[in-house]
Amino acid sequence: MIEIKKCSKKFGKHEVLQNINLSFHKGECIALIGPNGCGKTTLIKSILGMVIPDSGSVEFNNKSIFGDYLYRENIGYMPQIGRYPDNMTIGQIIEMIKKIRNSEQALDEDLINAFELEKMFLKQMRTLSGGTTQKVSAALAFLFNPDVLILDEPTAGLDPLASEILKDKIIREKEKGKLILITSHLLSELDDLVTEIIFMQDGKVHFHKKVADLKSETNESKISKSIAKILKNKGNE
Amino acid sequence: MNRIIKIILLDILKNKIVLTYALIMALLSWSSFALEDNSSKGLLAILNIILFTVPLVSILFSTIYIYNSAEFIELLLSQPIKRIKIWLSLFFGLSISMVLAFGVGAGIPLLINAPDSIGLMMVVVGSLISVIFVALAFLSSIITRDKAKGIGIAIMTWLYFALIFDGMVLFLLFQFQEYPIENAMVGITALSPIDLARIQILLHLDISAMMGYTGAIFKDFFGTSTGLVASFLLLCLWAIIPFYISLKKFKNKDL
Repeated sequence: MIEIKKCSKKFGKHEVLQNINLSFHKGECIALIGPNGCGKTTLIKSILGMVIPDSGSVEFNNKSIFGDYLYRENIGYMPQIGRYPDNMTIGQIIEMIKKIRNSEQALDEDLINAFELEKMFLKQMRTLSGGTTQKVSAALAFLFNPDVLILDEPTAGLDPLASEILKDKIIREKEKGKLILITSHLLSELDDLVTEIIFMQDGKVHFHKKVADLKSETNESKISKSIAKILKNKGNE
Repeated sequence: MNRIIKIILLDILKNKIVLTYALIMALLSWSSFALEDNSSKGLLAILNIILFTVPLVSILFSTIYIYNSAEFIELLLSQPIKRIKIWLSLFFGLSISMVLAFGVGAGIPLLINAPDSIGLMMVVVGSLISVIFVALAFLSSIITRDKAKGIGIAIMTWLYFALIFDGMVLFLLFQFQEYPIENAMVGITALSPIDLARIQILLHLDISAMMGYTGAIFKDFFGTSTGLVASFLLLCLWAIIPFYISLKKFKNKDL
């Protein structure tokens, strides 16, 4: 579904992405993990066309995304730090995106209801706490029933109740056969979500494995422990 | 596209600055006509006001507005919308509102007090100047990510066209007054949209008779219909080229 070939990107002298080759398919739930500044968000932004790679290609359903924009109809994106126009209210933002999309599809308002956002529709964006902004971002990402969900640190800043709601929602969408891409530092949260793991370091893909393979190779039952084991082994080499 | 322009227009109108600008323009224009006994003098007073304030307000307001729209642009970019469309919508939204404010503020008194070709020309030139400086604002805000730097560049651009350029032209005139540079002067005015607009209008007022030999050369060029068309085309280029460069840059910008 998404194919990334030989992607490289430099910010000044710093090579953020170095020759990345990855492919994602329908029904997968992929965790993108790695230390801070390893290029996770840049990778996501290049899939969305917000960052333009210096070389290489990104394909969505076998079509290059460069110069295309309609493919974004199939993507729901939840940014790490949602930034919204300050003087608009939650209601206005949601209304505006609906108008801009102008889609006739049935809307998925599960999260708006579950997070009880209607009660806060009249609140201005600048008055919101970080967690509430995250709830708005999440609600917007799921609103149009996209085939692909890209979630950048979805549970960071959410209270335990809200993050549980979001996790349930992600699992339900995964079961519908959607492609879900998550970046996170909370490995323990990923256990019941993901089917594949991509570990990035210094702009390179360190490994891309199925969770089941990873666990059997390391004889561990938790993702966090298997990753730790791999990193430790690598350090000893 | 229209939907996004509408959203931007409503947002700008909610922001009271543009309304205040229109109000001040109206106040200045009406009082200029009331204070002077003939409309030609009133036009001259308004011309100076237009060529000083319109560029300043257009470029400053637009630059700040573009920087403040960073979040809005980011939000739209993750939606299925063409990049070019976002930038064009912003440009049209800002241009329309600046031209509207100018039209309501200065356009109405101009057309009522000087209902002839000169009054109409002032309205057209003022609108063009508004659009040109909106375009320059787009250029200065795409050059740098830093808001303070971008606004600084915008102010410098205005200072250059409103004051420094005239100073340099005067300096050249005095330095080379022994040489026949009148034809070259016609070419040099094309380098500043404000001068282009000023000369265009001055030549159609009666006072152009007092401008001496240079004035006659100017009249020879700008007074003819070819000159008129040429200078309007030049003004249009002043709007199109800066915006086009900014559009090219925006297409490849990382956000």
